[in-house]
Amino acid sequence: MNEAYVVNNEREVILNVGPQHPATHGVLRYVVKLDGERIVDSDPQVGFLHRGIEKLAEYMTYHQFNPYTDRLDYLASMNNNLAYVMAVEKLLGITDQIPERAQYIRVIMAELGRIASHLVWLATHALDIGAMTVFLYSFREREYIIDMFEMACGNRLTYNYIRIGGVARDLPDGFMDRLKEFTKLFYGKVKEYHQLLTKNRIWLKRTKDVGYISKEDAINYGIAGPCTRGSGVDWDLRRDMPYLVYPELNFEIPVYDEGDVYARYLVRMDEMVQSNRILEQCIEKIPDGPVMIDEPRYVWEPKERIMMNNYALMKHFVKVVKGFKAPPGEVYFGAENPKGELGFYIYSTGEGKPYRLKIRAPSFINISAMPKMVKGGLIADIISVIGSLDFVFGECDR
Amino acid sequence: MTNTELLERIKSKFGDYIIEHDEFRGELSVTIKKEKLVELMNFLKNEPDMLFDYLVLVTAVDFPDREERFDLVYELRSLSYKMIMRVKTRTKEDEPVDSVSGIWHSANWDEREVYDMFGIKFNNHPDLRRILMPDDWEGHPLRKDYPLKGKPEDDLWLDRHLPEGLLKKPKHTRMP
Repeated sequence: MNEAYVVNNEREVILNVGPQHPATHGVLRYVVKLDGERIVDSDPQVGFLHRGIEKLAEYMTYHQFNPYTDRLDYLASMNNNLAYVMAVEKLLGITDQIPERAQYIRVIMAELGRIASHLVWLATHALDIGAMTVFLYSFREREYIIDMFEMACGNRLTYNYIRIGGVARDLPDGFMDRLKEFTKLFYGKVKEYHQLLTKNRIWLKRTKDVGYISKEDAINYGIAGPCTRGSGVDWDLRRDMPYLVYPELNFEIPVYDEGDVYARYLVRMDEMVQSNRILEQCIEKIPDGPVMIDEPRYVWEPKERIMMNNYALMKHFVKVVKGFKAPPGEVYFGAENPKGELGFYIYSTGEGKPYRLKIRAPSFINISAMPKMVKGGLIADIISVIGSLDFVFGECDR
Repeated sequence: MTNTELLERIKSKFGDYIIEHDEFRGELSVTIKKEKLVELMNFLKNEPDMLFDYLVLVTAVDFPDREERFDLVYELRSLSYKMIMRVKTRTKEDEPVDSVSGIWHSANWDEREVYDMFGIKFNNHPDLRRILMPDDWEGHPLRKDYPLKGKPEDDLWLDRHLPEGLLKKPKHTRMP
């Protein structure tokens, strides 16, 4: 509706939402054309947080780019690390050599990241609509998870823990006990959230039959993750194009057919429970062993060897400065992130740096379907829909 | 359907137009001439034993030394048969490509991004304008000949948009 910024009908009003609006979860400028309170047309404008990460990647070695993926979807940094690292491993052809313990640790981190991300979604979604209390409840549990991440890798927001070939270091003592405690408590916590919202009349009025998108449209618009599963698309990359040890784990994919904000809410609530189930199984099944592959071409030397051994130091220097040479070719790998499918397309010419790296950002695709969802609705529905799509602008704008 | 069978099916219908094909790490990629791109996409989406109904991404790769400078990359997925494949096409700098946004709506924003970042134009696109960069930006940042730290002219854009007297002009930090 570019040319339609000019009002040519006296009944219609153009309204700017954002880019500095607290309910837009970042810097989204949303231009809506209104007839009274009804939305006639709308145009989301993104790009305010564009940092050129794809361009930067072309000038970096594969190891060097790993911390940048943390800055994409900063609420689920572990999952971003995972998707990127798996894409590089696919390019290198070492996917099936990753030690089993490392794979289990990756699954634990990814599922914890999913729960943490969904908790932030729940908090902010409810806060936007006016349910303040949920924010305090869900940040309590999120804090617990962030503390666990801090135990494992020393950071609270940007982890850079999952590395090419495995994970940075083994889990510390006491991590598993805390995880056990968390998984035991978390079912009760989800029940608390349900008590606060699921049958709340105000919540139902604000979310039911709002932001509807049909199954066919959801596929056609390319929406991914919980948003499609709220429209009845039974698709989850963890089950349908499995990676890591997900085939050995038992979990369900929650699917709701209604296609509205409420259905997407229920999908995410159920997903948190399923993630907790996966964590429980991981606690039982996780084996002992190494957490990094023994492939000196691609993996950095252990720190102890670098300090003691001259040749190891030289090799490390070359690997850090020039990077490893990846085989020429192109791969795409997509992982199921909390927001949807995060994919990395890497074009390699056999150099130490990717020739082209494209990030398939779920937030970007999900926002592109917003005009479809809000059309014909009320202006207050925009806030509900924004909350239910759960996007992060670090990822959308890259 | 295996990758070989898939390739055979495509070859039997579009054999003359396939420039090259490749399989790497289990992913089939087919490069087709751009005249037949939309026809191939329609074929892949609607054929009952393929049903590539999900467009994962659209992007481009820049090869400044080649005559047909850009590779356009389309990553497709079939939700029904759990298959993936990649379709590629080639284009020159000033030659537009037919848009696939009529087939998959998700191509709408993806193609806008390709236009923004590489300057490739698309025919029949409903709304082709910049998406990530500002509307009045000059140049296309992901081209290989666009310097990483930007061009000196980019400061002019900043000068135009900074409110007079409110903000100081940032120091020129670019390397000589």
